[in-house]
Amino acid sequence: MSSSGITRATLAKDLRLEWRSKDAINSMLFFALLVVVIFSFSFDPTAEESRRIAGGLVWVAFLFAAVVALNQTWARELRNQVLDAYRVSPAPANSLFLAKALGNFIFVTVLEALMAPLFIVFYNLRALGPGYQLLIVAVLGTWALVVNGTFFAAMSVRTRSREIMLPLLLFPITIPALLAMVEATSSILTGEFSARFWIVLLAAYDVVFTMASLFLFELVLQAE
Amino acid sequence: MKRAFPILAVLTAVLLSYGLYGALIVAPTEKTMGDVQRIFYYHVPSAWTAFTLFFLNLAASIVYLIRRNPKADALAFAAAEVGVVFCTVVLVTGPIWARPVWGIWWTWDLRLTLTLVLWLIYVSYLMLRRFSTSGQTPMMAAVLAVFGALDVPLVYFSIWFFRTQHPQPVIGGGGSIDPRMLHVLLINWAAFSCFAVLVCWSRYHLEVLSREVEETQALESLLEAGNSR
Repeated sequence: MSSSGITRATLAKDLRLEWRSKDAINSMLFFALLVVVIFSFSFDPTAEESRRIAGGLVWVAFLFAAVVALNQTWARELRNQVLDAYRVSPAPANSLFLAKALGNFIFVTVLEALMAPLFIVFYNLRALGPGYQLLIVAVLGTWALVVNGTFFAAMSVRTRSREIMLPLLLFPITIPALLAMVEATSSILTGEFSARFWIVLLAAYDVVFTMASLFLFELVLQAE
Repeated sequence: MKRAFPILAVLTAVLLSYGLYGALIVAPTEKTMGDVQRIFYYHVPSAWTAFTLFFLNLAASIVYLIRRNPKADALAFAAAEVGVVFCTVVLVTGPIWARPVWGIWWTWDLRLTLTLVLWLIYVSYLMLRRFSTSGQTPMMAAVLAVFGALDVPLVYFSIWFFRTQHPQPVIGGGGSIDPRMLHVLLINWAAFSCFAVLVCWSRYHLEVLSREVEETQALESLLEAGNSR
């Protein structure tokens, strides 16, 4: 089997598992919904203000919700020693990593697509800047979250109290990406600044950490 | 090597007390800020020392990733731990100085934010080491150190742009420094560096010893299990 074939097979397996159980997507959705409602209670902003703070709220909600899915990435493979089977199999570690990262990317994208209308309704959002750039920010930002998230989830699954370990590892490293996503979204929504710098920074973040993850993942998977 | 330790300890004590004397008495009082400026002689050397130690941690982590040398890992651990302590000193002394001088405790300035993010990354590094189940810890910690290092330039650029876009509080940059002040600063820097080396050294030694003890105990229990059968 070629390495892209392995990626495809693992991805298909994960998607099928998720389609049948809907564990990750349901818990993520409900969690994000709760965050949206609680935020909108606690701030109750006007349309002008909400445009300014929405970028932060949206991405913080997605970040927290993504952690729910990311935590399940590898924990799911602990049952029946599937992770050990991966380790002894000749399948390249990177195709496994890519499959997991793509799977998480799809889950978080679905979440965003479902949650975005809710945000628009609750916060009366309308982009004053170029709205199509929001799509670019969403794609790059989501990848930034899941590429490091998938990598650190593989690390945190080997620790005690692994559920809490993932955000502790992920959040400090994610700070520049989160700042870029939030600032880009706010710039587009308010139309006051150009979002170009932030999009370039996000792209750089994605490239750097995708390379680093692919380079180092084998070490983490095989660490014993 | 063993004999060098007490010599270094004495040197550190002398330098630290001379540095304290210099900072409190020799250095002239700053014209506008007054005596509160003297915290600078502790703040800046701590920052330099912390950054040096984080750099040492990265270097040792890379050596570990290449050579799998457990001693490099012990050194990385010691450097990270002592580095976090010095970085904490920086983050605590900074606001104490900033409040009377800038009128605010904290601002999202480039250097402040970078220091805070570095501190967060290294605290998460120490948490990982603490919570990780033994055996895989050194590898994962070394990988995290590399990720943290890759993050630093990205944090730098993001904050740099973030700040140029938003209003910035006035920060007394540039200007020349009184040579007596510089002298005291350098003495304190030397003292803090010696102190850091001293603490790192004993922490490293402790780490190596505790690993040896663990290995011996594991071996002994194995032998006992073998004998009782």
